[in-house]
Amino acid sequence: MSQFRIPGKGRVKHDEKVTFSFDGRRYEGLRGDTVASALLAHGIHLMGRSFKYHRPRGPVTADSAEPNALIGTSRGAGRFEPNTRATVQELREGLMCESQNRLGALSFDLGAVNDALHPLFPAGFYYKTFMWPRSFWDRLYEPVIRRAAGLGRAPSEVDPDRYASRYLHTDLLVVGGGPAGIAAALEAARAGVRVTLVDETPEMGGSLLSDPEVEIDGQAAWDWLAAALDELRARGVRLMTRTTAIGYYHQNMIGLCEKLTDHLDTLPENAPRERMWRVRATRVVLAQGALEKPLVFHGNDRPGVMLAGAAQSYLHRWGVKVGERAVIVTSHDSAWHAAFDLAEAGTKIVAIVDTRAALADELRAEARVRGIEVLAGHTVTGTRGRLRVASVTVNPVENGRVGDPRMLHCDCLLMSGGWTPSLHLFSHTKGSLQWDEASRTFLPGRMTEDCHIAGAGRGLWGYLDALSDGAEAGAAAARALGHAVEPTGFAVAHDRPGTGESHKELPTDRRSHRVRAFVDFQNDVTAKDLRLAVREGMRSIEHVKRYTTNGMATDQGKMSNINGLMIASDAVGKAPPEVGLTTFRPPYTPTSFGAFAGYKRGATFEVTRATPIDAFAEANGAVFEPVSLWRRAWYFPQGGEDMEAAVARECLATRGGVGIFDASTLGKIEVAGPDAVEFMNRMYTNPWTKLAPGRCRYGVLLGEDGYIRDDGVIGRLSDDLFHVTTTTGGAARVLNMMEDYLQTEWPDLDVWLTSTTEQWATVALNGPKAREVLDGLVEGVDISAEAMPHMSVAECRVAGFRARLFRLSFTGELGFEVNVPARHGLALWEALMEAGKPHGITPYGTETMHVLRAEKGFIIVGQDTDGTVTPDDAGLGWAIGKKKPDFVGKRSLARPDLVAGGRKQLVGLMTEDGAVKLEEGAQIVLDPDQPKPMKMVGHVTSSYRSATLGRSIAMALIEDGRAREGETVHVPMPDGVVRAKVTSTMFYDPDGERLKL
Amino acid sequence: MLLIHCPYCDQTLPEAEFAYAGEAHIARPEDPSQLSDEEWRDFLFIRSNLKGPHFERWRHVHGCARFFNAVRDTVSDRFLLTYRAGEPRPDLSTPEAAQ
Repeated sequence: MSQFRIPGKGRVKHDEKVTFSFDGRRYEGLRGDTVASALLAHGIHLMGRSFKYHRPRGPVTADSAEPNALIGTSRGAGRFEPNTRATVQELREGLMCESQNRLGALSFDLGAVNDALHPLFPAGFYYKTFMWPRSFWDRLYEPVIRRAAGLGRAPSEVDPDRYASRYLHTDLLVVGGGPAGIAAALEAARAGVRVTLVDETPEMGGSLLSDPEVEIDGQAAWDWLAAALDELRARGVRLMTRTTAIGYYHQNMIGLCEKLTDHLDTLPENAPRERMWRVRATRVVLAQGALEKPLVFHGNDRPGVMLAGAAQSYLHRWGVKVGERAVIVTSHDSAWHAAFDLAEAGTKIVAIVDTRAALADELRAEARVRGIEVLAGHTVTGTRGRLRVASVTVNPVENGRVGDPRMLHCDCLLMSGGWTPSLHLFSHTKGSLQWDEASRTFLPGRMTEDCHIAGAGRGLWGYLDALSDGAEAGAAAARALGHAVEPTGFAVAHDRPGTGESHKELPTDRRSHRVRAFVDFQNDVTAKDLRLAVREGMRSIEHVKRYTTNGMATDQGKMSNINGLMIASDAVGKAPPEVGLTTFRPPYTPTSFGAFAGYKRGATFEVTRATPIDAFAEANGAVFEPVSLWRRAWYFPQGGEDMEAAVARECLATRGGVGIFDASTLGKIEVAGPDAVEFMNRMYTNPWTKLAPGRCRYGVLLGEDGYIRDDGVIGRLSDDLFHVTTTTGGAARVLNMMEDYLQTEWPDLDVWLTSTTEQWATVALNGPKAREVLDGLVEGVDISAEAMPHMSVAECRVAGFRARLFRLSFTGELGFEVNVPARHGLALWEALMEAGKPHGITPYGTETMHVLRAEKGFIIVGQDTDGTVTPDDAGLGWAIGKKKPDFVGKRSLARPDLVAGGRKQLVGLMTEDGAVKLEEGAQIVLDPDQPKPMKMVGHVTSSYRSATLGRSIAMALIEDGRAREGETVHVPMPDGVVRAKVTSTMFYDPDGERLKL
Repeated sequence: MLLIHCPYCDQTLPEAEFAYAGEAHIARPEDPSQLSDEEWRDFLFIRSNLKGPHFERWRHVHGCARFFNAVRDTVSDRFLLTYRAGEPRPDLSTPEAAQ
């Protein structure tokens, strides 16, 4: 039996041992223990080192607010988690945990030199010190100093666990399973409301678990609790433990993170580790209770110094005495009850030191009965002990004067600075806070959501008040949901009501520069740091917070915010509500990235769109590239070819014979209806009225600002039907834009828009042999050069399938695009491959497509344009229907900025050395010898090696580029300046002879 | 996540089904060529950027796909009301609108 465990006491299973290790040493605990309670049962308080000063620290709480006892936990490869609160992590068989932020052993940390040097690390230390010299950033500050100050190490392996996510709709969500929350859930469930009750701990009950002496309705607290939970279950209430409400979002959406496996000895097959719930609740009851505040005095962070409420929890929930000799120092009645309970359990209470001079007679009487010395109107001026508190110095305070010290020997110091309502979730809703002068604390004020706040969360104290208030909140929620109810009353015996006082740092007789009184334990912020920040000009609490980092650690200021505000407001000389509290933000407690990501990782990170021909590419060794959500065949390497070799072969085969390309990802929109041609005239720059059915045209789409948004070949199938193609990535955007104009600007037009991208599979055949491949497969249309000239479209059958056959070219070669219903795409592809075999048909991917189009100077919207390029800039002035009265973007083409000189225009670039390929995105200058920063006149948009031309080619946007044709420009690169000549973008077959086959 | 009422579907649905589409009641001029450069600039770029009730367009893009108008309070981020495209701009000072 561990020395500090009381046999039979607490809610742990005394007959079920669980072994675990801490810093490599094996320990035994009990089922139901947390790491903290199990270590405390062995008398171990020292569990970590502090963030900045490496001071020894032990647990100060018994719950999720814990700032000190942060550990790394592990259950094998990839399953390492840093910064886990030892007070929250449940014991499991074989759990491996380690302390953090130490150089060497936990009991002898070399980093503790920082503590001796503490005058060098004042508030704003980072801002003051890490400024100069600049070279120290890389060599000293980042690698050495930042590593010395910190939390746990991040895991380096991929997380093998699964994370789940679910939606939940409920009439009433109750957050917090303490007395107020349970009373609210009971009341609402009895009225017939669908209720969900959540609590972050493994067990419902909240403070009742730490106060078994209380009697409710004639039953002992734990019996009442068991009966209440049974009733809730019987009434169909969803009870969720180990479930933290991490954030409260708009319109009663609450995020819940449910931990499912961290407490289990063995991992169930395929079970998710955590599950994120997105709950939409019609009403919400927040019953989160209150957080106990530490007192701020010199040495208040030593291991063994702990919140009185935490000591009471360790005693009653886990059957653990936190020490043999305790001194209580408090400004609130609640700590007295903790003292009495500990005394009962055999801990020697050396003294109860209360900052208040006037004390309740009942408390004094109870102390007297137990023979406990009471020191009223006293302060604490220091503690001693290297790795554990050994003594505390207390002094009387009279009329603001600190009297003579007295030393009390102890092995634990239990403090309470009163309680502050847990306002985090309420604060997420942007509900306003109200300062309560009587209790000197913030209470929830105006609500913005359909919620109720009950119990200690709105400043009430004592079980009768908490239960009654919870029942009232549950009844109010039920009434709001249309149920008639009157809340039931409760009878409570042995209640523990109480009051207290709030403090800034406690008065002391020490010289101010020798006081180390911690406010934020996790970030090592002292009262002196806060006062220094105010002296140095920080007035807003938000500035004080950021300058000192008070409240910015992973505990989100649960313990430090209110104490920090008291001190800052005193230093500023304003009342606390005028200084204000910093905003709490989600998540309430640290939440794993896995829980947020849920299923969205790996293959299910986002959808992958595959074309009907994807299976061929896969089977034929294609290398794929992502294009928006599509995966497209990039190139088809053969026999160990690299990308450059494969692309060169694919290009030459297409220009010399015939290439085949899967163009199914092209966006396709059907524009149909009596007003289709008028709609097209208004949307696209080109004129459409005279385009005959059976013919195609290259269309340019502008935004209303006059810049190119999209392009594509558009075929007119009949008077009232257009087959519009868009860029692969632009399909949804273009349809959205068309719908916008059709629905809101021109609702009078009789037009229907239908996305057909996924209905058609599209196969492009390019090259001088393209017609020969197609010839025997086409029925119902003559595809000879005379009958089907360039830029034609026909409905026919290809390889037996209904088809829309386009003659067009994105390569400069004789080209056809065959569209068949998507389900026949692969069969069509295979038929074309078969028919092309005698002609050496060669599949090519997107890279070859890009090279072939660049050789012809065809643009890719979004690569050669960037949202600030007009048709004229891109050399597409010819595509504008100048006689049309209006189209989207037309007026903007006359905007002063768009007609002014000096615009960047798309041109070709040929490097002087054809073996040198420019880098896409590289900046261009006219004079490479000018002083820096140089005047950049443009950038390279596309750049490739052209096998056809036997050299590199590039396109670029350059100021007044077309007027510079023939001039030499310069591209400064890290390894030298590249010289290039400005040319036309038509690198190959400028007269289009090859289309005339 | 906000809940938004689609005036065409007549259902209140999660924000994820909708897409924002800019300020409402800015009609494209009948004949843009008649506008001065300044007038056209104002149409293209100048927006009210209000603190408080803001008239704006939304699209029920993963639902009925219709564009509609909404009044949203930019401080509380609450939707005050939604109505169909083409309907007149509601007068927020009337008691019905205040509901």
